[in-house]
Amino acid sequence: MTTWTTVLLACAAAYALKLAGYLVPATWVEGERRSRVIALLPVALLAGLVTVQTVVGDGGSLVLDARAAALAVAVGLLLLRANFLVVVAGAALTAGLLRAVGWG
Amino acid sequence: MSTEPPALSADRRREVRRQALSVGAATGAYGISFGALSVASGLSVWQTQALSLLLFSGGSQFAVVGVLGAGGSGVAAVLTSTLLGVRNGLYALQTSRFLGVTGVRRLAAAQITIDESTAVGVAQPERPAQRIGFWLTGIAVFIGWNVMTLVGALVGNAIGDPRTYGLDAAAAAAFAALLWPRLRSGDAAATAVLAVFVALVTSPLLPPGVPVILAALAAVVVGLRRGGRHEAPPTSRAGELPGADPVP
Repeated sequence: MTTWTTVLLACAAAYALKLAGYLVPATWVEGERRSRVIALLPVALLAGLVTVQTVVGDGGSLVLDARAAALAVAVGLLLLRANFLVVVAGAALTAGLLRAVGWG
Repeated sequence: MSTEPPALSADRRREVRRQALSVGAATGAYGISFGALSVASGLSVWQTQALSLLLFSGGSQFAVVGVLGAGGSGVAAVLTSTLLGVRNGLYALQTSRFLGVTGVRRLAAAQITIDESTAVGVAQPERPAQRIGFWLTGIAVFIGWNVMTLVGALVGNAIGDPRTYGLDAAAAAAFAALLWPRLRSGDAAATAVLAVFVALVTSPLLPPGVPVILAALAAVVVGLRRGGRHEAPPTSRAGELPGADPVP
């Protein structure tokens, strides 16, 4: 699949989901368990993404490098209730500096 | 027998407008981080801009470029992005109740049905304010997010190797910042821990992108358990909107 195909398919699927909410009856997503799973879905995916982006290296091996240190800084900033941009920039700066001094 | 709701006072109208525009400005600014990360992941400026214009949902957009940047397949990128976008469909179920839109307006409303427009809309007590809040917030975020995406993509393109500036590490920080406000209940924390475990165990064994999709099963496992005693009280912290995310 080319990058353009991926981009456009993701866009089409995202729009279809948004539009579906205006077209389908609300009863489709009612029910305690179903709504709990749906509410937890972003949590699971985001936690998975954080993991893969932080400690998974080439070929799927687990590595601790500048990215892990950057995430630690990001979590620290989140605990301090820092703004989204500050968190992202702080992580990038950490990884960039560590690499500049030759680590990770 | 559709009776138009009573008009909104000038004061309330100004208040809703101010809220919508401040949310739009704050959220739109984060588009710069998406633009920079996207080109750092190997997407072109046009592909990056297409995601902000057409997909227009921050978490899903970060997922597409994150999975592709980590070497994942297109299928994995689309699947992860789509699973993250399910919540927009749920928002639409709520917003359709007060928007009363049909035809072209419904098609337009669907595109701007995101965390922020929904949150500002449902937070208003009166029907006209709900509508103004939804539309103004959605349009303000759309414009800000797209303009700043372009700025970020052009800057990211200009600075060369993204690894030098740690931009690859910034993706994890972006996902962590999106995850953070959702970790308020025991169930959410349990889901996150299980998802991390699944991703760690399966990453060495499976192609890139697949572990994240398997991590989604954590939501099913925790969500289908009986009980739900660990739910946090439904009240959110003061000043925060329900379901509000740092990006659209």
